[in-house]
Formats: sequence, C-alpha cells, structure tokens
Amino acid sequence: MSATSEVGVLSGAATAARRRKNYARQYVWFVVPAAFAVVATILFPWLFTIYVSAFDWRLGSAREWVGFANYTKLFTDERFGWAMLRTLFYTVLAVVFPLILGLAAALVFNRKFPLRGLARTIFILPMMATPVAVALVWTMMFHPQLGVLNWLLAQVGIPPSMWVYSPDTVIPTLVLVEVWHWTPLVMLLILGGLAALPTDPYEAAKIDGATSLQTFWHITLPLLAPYIVVALIIRTIDALKAFDTIYVITQGGPGSSSETINIFLYLQAFAFYNMGYASAVVVVFFALILTLAALLMWTRNRVKL
Amino acid sequence: MRRLLGKGAFALSVLVLISPAILVFLWMLSLSLKNELDNTAFPPVFIPNPVTWMNYLEVFARNDFLLYAWNSVVVSFSATGVALLLGVPAGYGIAKMRATRLAGLILIARITPGLSYLIPLFLLFQWLGLTGTLWPIIITHLVITLPIVVWVMISFFEGLPPELEEAALVDGATIWQAFRYVAMPLARPGITVACILSFIFSWNNFIFAMVLAGRETRTLPVAVNNMLTFEQISWGPLSAAALLVTAPVLILTLLAQKQIVAGLTAGGVKGA
Repeated sequence: MSATSEVGVLSGAATAARRRKNYARQYVWFVVPAAFAVVATILFPWLFTIYVSAFDWRLGSAREWVGFANYTKLFTDERFGWAMLRTLFYTVLAVVFPLILGLAAALVFNRKFPLRGLARTIFILPMMATPVAVALVWTMMFHPQLGVLNWLLAQVGIPPSMWVYSPDTVIPTLVLVEVWHWTPLVMLLILGGLAALPTDPYEAAKIDGATSLQTFWHITLPLLAPYIVVALIIRTIDALKAFDTIYVITQGGPGSSSETINIFLYLQAFAFYNMGYASAVVVVFFALILTLAALLMWTRNRVKL
Repeated sequence: MRRLLGKGAFALSVLVLISPAILVFLWMLSLSLKNELDNTAFPPVFIPNPVTWMNYLEVFARNDFLLYAWNSVVVSFSATGVALLLGVPAGYGIAKMRATRLAGLILIARITPGLSYLIPLFLLFQWLGLTGTLWPIIITHLVITLPIVVWVMISFFEGLPPELEEAALVDGATIWQAFRYVAMPLARPGITVACILSFIFSWNNFIFAMVLAGRETRTLPVAVNNMLTFEQISWGPLSAAALLVTAPVLILTLLAQKQIVAGLTAGGVKGA
C-alpha cells in the first residue's frame, strides 16, 4: 500500500486491513440486486413448493390442508416407484457412456493435428443445438418403416429395431440421443484437465520404458481423476434432470415405459393439475438430487487429496 | 510405413468422433430440402435432387412462425440483458468479498431441475394475471441466465490483477467508479462469454415457455414442438422449422467457439 509511511508499518498495515474490510462490506451493494432476483425466482419457489406440497391443491377447485398425506401417497404410488427405477436406469446409462466416450474423445483432441479447431467445433455442435430441434430429427430417424437408422442397420445386416416405439428399447434409445447430445461437454471438461497435466511424470515413464498403455493407466488416469469426477457429477445431475428430448420424442410413452420422474412430475402438475401432489414429487426429487450431489462432491474432495 | 498406418488410424478415429454430429445435421438439412415423396422414400434419398425450397416457404407461410421468432428474440435478449445488468456487478462483488458460500448457492441453482421452479411460479403468475404476456417467460428465463452470468463473471473477475483497481481507489475513486471504469473494461472478454452462453441457453430453453406461454406468446422451440404433435408425417417442413430454430445457435457456436469453450470449461455451466 502506497499509503503506508515509515512512521508505523504495523499501524499502517492495520488501517489498510480495516479499510479493506470496510470496502468488502461496501461490495455487498454490488450483490444486492442480483440477490433480490435470486430470492424472487429461485428461493421463493423452493419455499412455496414445500408449502404447496402440504395441500390437496387442484387447479380450479378448493384446496385442503393434508399435511404429509401427499408424501405417504407418493411412497405407495406404484407409478412413481417405476418412474424412480426408470430414472435410475436411464441415469446410469446416460452417465457411463458419455464418460467413456468423452474421455476417449478428449485424448484424441488433446493431440495436435491439422484442422483440430474445426473438428473440435463440429464435435461440440450437438451440445449447443436446440434440444427440441435435435429431438425432432431423431424422432424422424427412429421411424421403424421409413427412418434412416433402420436402413443403416439393414446395410450392415442387423435386423430393424423398433427404437422408441417399443417398451423394450425405448430407454436405451433415448439414452442414445442423450449420449449424442452431451458427450461433448464431458470431452470439454476432461480436455481442460489434460491441458493442465504436468509433463515430468511422462518423461520419467519414457526413460523407464513404459508402454503407452501403462503410461495411460498409471499416470494419465490417476492425474485426471479429479476432472473425471467433476464430469461425473455434472453428468449425473444433468441425466437426472433430462426432460426436453424425452418429452418431445416420447412424452413418456409408449404407455408409460419411458416415464421418468421428470415426466411423471410434469404430467401430475400440468396435465392433471395436481399441484399439491406434484410439489411433493419436486421436494423428494430435489432432496434426491441434493444428496447425490453432496455425495459426489464428497468423493471429489477425497479424490483431490 | 508403421507411422503412416498410425496416422491413418488416428485420422479415422477423428472422423468417427465427428461423424455422428455431422451426419445428424446434414440429414436435417437434407430432409428440409427434399419434397415429401423423397423424404418418405425407402431406401432413403440422401442428396436432394431436385432441391426444393418449398418446405421453408411453407414454414414461413403458416404457423405464425415470424411471430414466434420475434417472441424468442425478445425473450432471449431481455433475459440476457437483465442477467448482465444484475449479474456482472454481482460477480464482481462476490469475487471481491471472496464470498464462496454465495457462489455455492448459485451452484445449487445450476443443479435444480427447471421443472421444479414451475409450479410455484405458474401459480404466482396466474394470481398476478400475467399469463398471456411475455413477462412470465422472461422472468423465468432469468433462472437460467443469471446463474450463468454470475458464475462466469466470478471466475473472470477473480483472474484480474487487483493492482489497477487499488491504484484507482488510492487516487480517490469510489469503488463504483473503480468497477465501472477499471474492472469492467478489463473484463469485456468475460462479459462476451457470459453474454453468448446465456443467450444460447435462453434461446434453447423449452420447458418454461412450454408451460407458461399462451397461443400468442410461444417461443420457437415450443412452436416447433407443436408442429410435431399436429402433423404426423410431413417431415420436410418439420426439418426446415427445426433447422431454422437451431441455426442461429449453431452459427453463433461456429463464430465464437473459442469463447464458448473457455466459458464452458471454466464453470461447467449449462442451462437448466
């Protein structure tokens, strides 16, 4: 600090510290307007949702205080149970495949090659594209008689699939879209990690005559672990939240064979207008996501060492 | 020889990686440029011959496509503008105060499913009598845009050297002036990143407008989804509409890929 004179370095430092603290308090005003918006659009909805979940609240008719009845109903609702299981199945698939493919893609894009920038831009286009538009094109490609995908399968001698039109294949098919859509984000996150790797361990490994597979397994993977865990956290949360493409492609069908928690929630709230019951779903769903996120964060802190 | 082989294999793996993205978008383009007969032909016709613009003309001719496009423009620009106005100072304040807990709160906004905001906000807007206007859609889009802006700006302001602002403060500037005339000009690249990302994720958002929009206030993704439900198998106009909706975003990505990559890797941000 230029204000510090030779008279008393100590007291000068103390004033500087105090002044900085005063400044820190003034910076609150920079945050207040945004905080107000956050309270109005994010915090208020949370609290209000908890409030609504204690009512039998149907749009257009009287509401009635029911306490925890919505929650007890939820835990005995078979349809909700199935939605939970489907979400779990969908999430596991939609996390594992993008992670593996994203890691592989990041390793490729970490090398230098001609037109790398262009190739990388093309690779990340899917994640920027409008989900509804993407879902529409996939819907057309999945058509069992006229779709281009069954024609492609026929070219390599695989019998045609029913894709989203059969309860047996609908979830893996929706995962396929999700993998196409979000593998780029995993690639970007891991690519950022690869760029930050130290070079010394690799030189040592080279001197010791390690094969490239050994180098990858014993050096790259452990060093990348924190980035992979971050990608895992983000992917898990996004897979749980998946709504747009599922809704546009199947609306939960055929029957209810692709009805995940999100779709169940949407139908309860905005097709049946069961606001109270739907709010209970939101609370349970959000608690689930928060727990998972906290668990994964905890893992991340342990991996970091 | 072996090196050449290795290079060939590597080139092939790059091709395998980018072909799913290219093929889906090219197929979209192909469908939008063919007549209905070619679109439903089996085996499929890949290269449009003759090329027809009919599908695009049809999209513009009906469905109030231009009205919905205008709605989308108004919503995305307003939601991004308000988010910048509130979020840039907030990011600065949080970075200066080192308020990591506040930053954590914003992360929670990132992990909340968009649907879960909708029940209370839907009831609130009905009670306020705002349904049928663009206001509810703009306000709910803030749920997406504001966290993106704040998050990107925090990491950006934290990366700025504090000496310049401190010099300004010592020279008698208020903290507001130090922000406005020193920090903000330096942070212009960060503001660009925040602006682009928040615009894209607002433009792409489907669910908020899906629930809150009336006939006149639909945004483009909602309008296009409605086209799917009402006409089963006219693929040409559908693809044309889908391509028109996502084209601005794809072009923006191609033009600003450097900024987008920087912003996405910084925070792993993505819209609700």
